[in-house]
Amino acid sequence: MKKILKYVMVDIVQNKIVLIYTALLLIISLSIFNLEDSAAKGMLSLLNIILILVPLICIIFSTIYVYNSAEFIELLVSQPLKRKSIWLSLFYGLALSLCIAFFVGAGIPILFYHADSTGIMMILTGIALTIVFVGIALLAGVLARDKAKGIGFSILLWLYFSLIFDALVLFLLFQFQDYPLENVMVVFSFLNPIDLGRIQILLKMDISALMGYTGAVYRDFFGSSMGIIISFLGLAAWIFLPVYFSLRIFRKKDL
Amino acid sequence: MNRKIYLYFLTATLLFNISGNCRVLEVGKDKAFHSISQALDLAGNGDSIFVYPGLYKERELIIRKTIYLKGINYPVIDGENKYGVFIIQANNVVLDGFKVQHSGRSEITDIAGIMLESCHGVSITNNILDDTNFGIYSQHASNCFIKNNRITAYGKNEVQSGNGIHAWRSDSLYIIGNTITGHRDGLYFEFVTNSLIWRNISHKNVRYGIHFMFSHHDTYISNVFEQNESGVAVMYTNHIKMFNNFFLDNWGAAAYGILLKDITDSDISGNHFTKNTTALHMEGCSRINLYKNIFINNGWAVKIQASCDNIDFTKNNFIGNTFDIGTNGSLVLNTFNGNYWDKYEGYDINKDGVGDVPYHPVSMYSMIIESNAAALMLFRSLIVTLLDKSEKVLPGITPENLKDNTPQMKPWPL
Repeated sequence: MKKILKYVMVDIVQNKIVLIYTALLLIISLSIFNLEDSAAKGMLSLLNIILILVPLICIIFSTIYVYNSAEFIELLVSQPLKRKSIWLSLFYGLALSLCIAFFVGAGIPILFYHADSTGIMMILTGIALTIVFVGIALLAGVLARDKAKGIGFSILLWLYFSLIFDALVLFLLFQFQDYPLENVMVVFSFLNPIDLGRIQILLKMDISALMGYTGAVYRDFFGSSMGIIISFLGLAAWIFLPVYFSLRIFRKKDL
Repeated sequence: MNRKIYLYFLTATLLFNISGNCRVLEVGKDKAFHSISQALDLAGNGDSIFVYPGLYKERELIIRKTIYLKGINYPVIDGENKYGVFIIQANNVVLDGFKVQHSGRSEITDIAGIMLESCHGVSITNNILDDTNFGIYSQHASNCFIKNNRITAYGKNEVQSGNGIHAWRSDSLYIIGNTITGHRDGLYFEFVTNSLIWRNISHKNVRYGIHFMFSHHDTYISNVFEQNESGVAVMYTNHIKMFNNFFLDNWGAAAYGILLKDITDSDISGNHFTKNTTALHMEGCSRINLYKNIFINNGWAVKIQASCDNIDFTKNNFIGNTFDIGTNGSLVLNTFNGNYWDKYEGYDINKDGVGDVPYHPVSMYSMIIESNAAALMLFRSLIVTLLDKSEKVLPGITPENLKDNTPQMKPWPL
């Protein structure tokens, strides 16, 4: 498994896309921190990058990578190797290289300019989102045989998680605004990894606004150390479940 | 020679006069008097009473004469959790340097550490009040100095505790340099007029840092209101001046840096609002000039209800607030001019320091949260950012007239 992982990593690095992604993140975050008058404002702009750009790049790159390495996978499957270890090394290789890319590109500037609890939460969330979307990409890649279909599917998934889901929640909020929805909203936030990460950052960033009555519900739940653990468990579930299902499908898949 | 003798006699006469009219009575373990009440009984107008260190358990010392009452090294006057301690009913009394502790508490009467009743010219200075129900209570008093007192209580809820400095139907009070903590309201005024409140620190009180009603023509300068359970709330008053006060760290659902209700014809300037859930909340206010204030890192910098009119915001700095302005209606009778908003994204082509496009400080999402509070959870998500941006281009929900036509490019040096 280690050997496959090594091959995957070397292949990804040779691919150069990840290097470009790292450089892109680095340029964006450095320029944001240098252009904004205050580091706090820079964090705000960076939040959008992490919540939008990171999932998008991760999901699309991983999906394309899965399709492009179809021949390599076929070759490996013909060897006396477990399908599980092939698939997992693919996942680990993608997740590891993208996490390193994120950490170098965004994590180090954050630590450099804004190394407090908000910054650390942002790095953790970014890394968690990277892994989640690699997992989702694997699922998308294994579900559709056709490359165009698979990539389209993963773009749709990204669109769903970053835009459509929140729009639906907003719609529901207004349809049912006569009801107390605070606790329901907590449940809803677990249905979307991006929301989960965003709320954790929000709790660090907009703490004053969240001190109000409604904010108090979120703060009491998400702000407590138990809440932080539970929401990271939620993110862990978002990593585990797609990978698990993709693995189950891959095991039985007729390549 | 004659001249010398004459001078001698003159001095002697003067000295005799002073010592004859104003005796000094000393209270202490090894002094002429062992209790303050004895000394008070024998003292006449103009006498001084010096109280030496010790623990004095006296009940309700009623001062009916003009005397100078001085504590040396903070003698402790204990109310044994049953009685009020000092009750001043005479004019021009000076009470200085005492430690007053453990006053009683009653549901029927207001028991205070130091009570001023219908007097004028009284000075209450340099006292320490510890665990009193009401700290200093003034009713029908005028021209009184309340200065440099340290007032501490350990109130657990609003019902069971009294106010630090409580004034009712008083006029021309000078309340300067007091530190108040742990009371229901740090300062409480009702029908108190023409007074100066300067350099007081009111922090960690159970309810408000300061709370006043019907207290016209008062001036508040350089006071600090910090971490009070509900912040500061002031009501039904006109002609107040608030300069250079600090409203800090008032966090909670019903906590306001300052809540202004029915305040009219007032000036609020140079104040610092930092880290409050809502820094400034206004309803039913008219004709207030707000200028040169600083709003930093608040949840809402200003919540201005549509019931306010002729409020003028000029030259204020808004920095790092989650929401700059919140409002609840589309009617706007207030003006915003020349403020600095850190969220302003406009440009300045002629480089005169004034932005060329107006700034709309009310974001659409703050309107949504106003009507549907649970939506706060979606704040800073992509959909909300997109909605906010489109609203900035084509205002539909936010009041179009609530705008700053001359937003500053750089913060005011305040």
